[in-house]
Amino acid sequence: MSNAEDHEGTRRDFIYYATAGAGAVVTGAAVWPLVNQMNPSADVLALASIRVDVSTVTAGSQMTVLWQGKPVIVRRRTEEEIARARSIDDVESLPDPMARNENLSTEVAALDENRTLDEAGEWLVQMGVCTHLGCVPLGNNAGDFEGWFCPCHGSHYDASGRIRKGPAPENLPIPVASFVDDVTIQLG
Amino acid sequence: MSGIPHDHYEPKSGGAKWLESRLPVIGLIHDTLKIPTPKNLNWMWIWGIVLTFCLVLQIATGVVLVMHYTPHVDMAFASVEHIMRDVNGGQMIRYFHMNGASLFFVAVYLHIFRSLYYGSYKAPREVTWIIGMLIYLLMMGTAFMGYVLPWGQMSFHGTAVITGLFGAIPFVGEAIQTWLLGASSVGQPALNRFFSLHYLLPFIMAGLVIVHIWAFHSTGNNNPTGVEVRRTSKAEAEKDTLPFWPYFVIKDLFALAIILAVFVAVVGFMPNYLGHPDNYVEANPLVTPSHIVPEWYFLPFYAILRSFTADVWVVMFAEWISFGIIDAKFFGVLAMFGAIVVMALAPWLDTSSVRSGRYRPMFKWWFALLVVDFIVLMWAGAMPAEGIYPIIALIGSAYWFAYFLVILPLLGVIEKPETPPQTIEEDFNAHHAAEDTPGRPVASPAE
Repeated sequence: MSNAEDHEGTRRDFIYYATAGAGAVVTGAAVWPLVNQMNPSADVLALASIRVDVSTVTAGSQMTVLWQGKPVIVRRRTEEEIARARSIDDVESLPDPMARNENLSTEVAALDENRTLDEAGEWLVQMGVCTHLGCVPLGNNAGDFEGWFCPCHGSHYDASGRIRKGPAPENLPIPVASFVDDVTIQLG
Repeated sequence: MSGIPHDHYEPKSGGAKWLESRLPVIGLIHDTLKIPTPKNLNWMWIWGIVLTFCLVLQIATGVVLVMHYTPHVDMAFASVEHIMRDVNGGQMIRYFHMNGASLFFVAVYLHIFRSLYYGSYKAPREVTWIIGMLIYLLMMGTAFMGYVLPWGQMSFHGTAVITGLFGAIPFVGEAIQTWLLGASSVGQPALNRFFSLHYLLPFIMAGLVIVHIWAFHSTGNNNPTGVEVRRTSKAEAEKDTLPFWPYFVIKDLFALAIILAVFVAVVGFMPNYLGHPDNYVEANPLVTPSHIVPEWYFLPFYAILRSFTADVWVVMFAEWISFGIIDAKFFGVLAMFGAIVVMALAPWLDTSSVRSGRYRPMFKWWFALLVVDFIVLMWAGAMPAEGIYPIIALIGSAYWFAYFLVILPLLGVIEKPETPPQTIEEDFNAHHAAEDTPGRPVASPAE
């Protein structure tokens, strides 16, 4: 395209680069919507927050709700479970010393106080998704640490949802959640 | 088309001349079917036809299944049951499609290992090999997405685990996973797009198959000796070759008939043998099947994925040198894709001057070990990730990489290969003594 005699930029060179540049921009602009359409759509994003009626959950029981396509465990713990979960204060000895609570900063230690929804520790709201490969752990004091147990590859979680034994790398994450009134929890 | 001298199509009738000067399509088909093919090809050269048949079978049965299937989370499972119970012949059509995927992978693995043994990937056939690897990757993607469509328990939770692999990519992983799924978890958006892509990709594969055939028609087929066809003259080339039609077409169709007899027996008598019962339970996001395993054809690579756990020293070293960016989960993902990348690089990793494994005394044993390794990995991938199995899988993974990255490059230097025959004709006559050749024993009928 360029003039072999003249190494200075010619008018023709300029038009060549300008055309190629405009072509690249237009192609990019045309392709981007085709890529972006695969991101979550407005109705999927609209489901980002739900309200859950927990009036039927009695002490020592739990309910599982589907939130953003994933199970969320809402457990109302007994005094005995709370005491067991709160007896751990040496968090550095745990496989994952972080609270993994999205309501708090990422630096918070994995004390039970930092994972429960209320001060007293009666309500524990956590994702029912094993941090190993995403299976759903079994609840109701299952496993060696009387919390949750993942049957896929044998991860044991304690009464606070903290990983204690097995291949899972992290504690069960706590989603953004809050009480909107006495019997309703908002997720997200 | 090929570099081997042979007769080209000459239109004779007026109509044929008229068409040929406007669109030389008859000439193209003629030259493609009449390609000179080495006459010493053995039975491992039939898998190409089987693979072509599989692609056609899958497209034909797939198009029909789509007429009755509904890609919606509430209806997908029911629509598959509708196909199985209500649609005329629907059960057989679905079982052919389901088991067709397995036949496809049986054939592709035999085709790939054939090429690895006889050095078909070596110069000048690297492009054929690379395109073949691309087709294989598309096959795996298509098979994976197809498995999601019945919306059973394995479909759902398998997808969660496999798309979770992309989540292991540092920094951008979660965004990529969300983009792939169209949501933060597996659901309607994922099912819908997987359906779209599952329908699209086989046609892209069909396009690549044409390029694959074009590539090896340009170089000529490899053969069990790895010796090239003589091409100085047509007369000489004809001593080494026979035209593809009718000789090899008939041979391939005979092999296909035998393979289909076995295939139809499997489809008819044990259609669910290779499947998992859990996939006949409708997807439930709240309950995970206790033992998630992929389909058999993914097991070797699944075993490689799982074998690199945080306590393996290579993983610890990678984590240390990358300042923690490459953790065990990401390392596993890299290893799984890397296992296919090293295979694709075989043409440049193999340093031996002799093409065929038949004349490489040391290579033979390492290759046999690779076949065993592949089967062991497949078995280890089906086992739970506890006890002795992860160690077996780790040894198997290590050998897979060692074969391509260490053994292939070194063997070319240290091995003393035997001398291959001068010509294909010589090899052919040694195996199939012509009756008019003096001094050669003529095969006597069995008693």
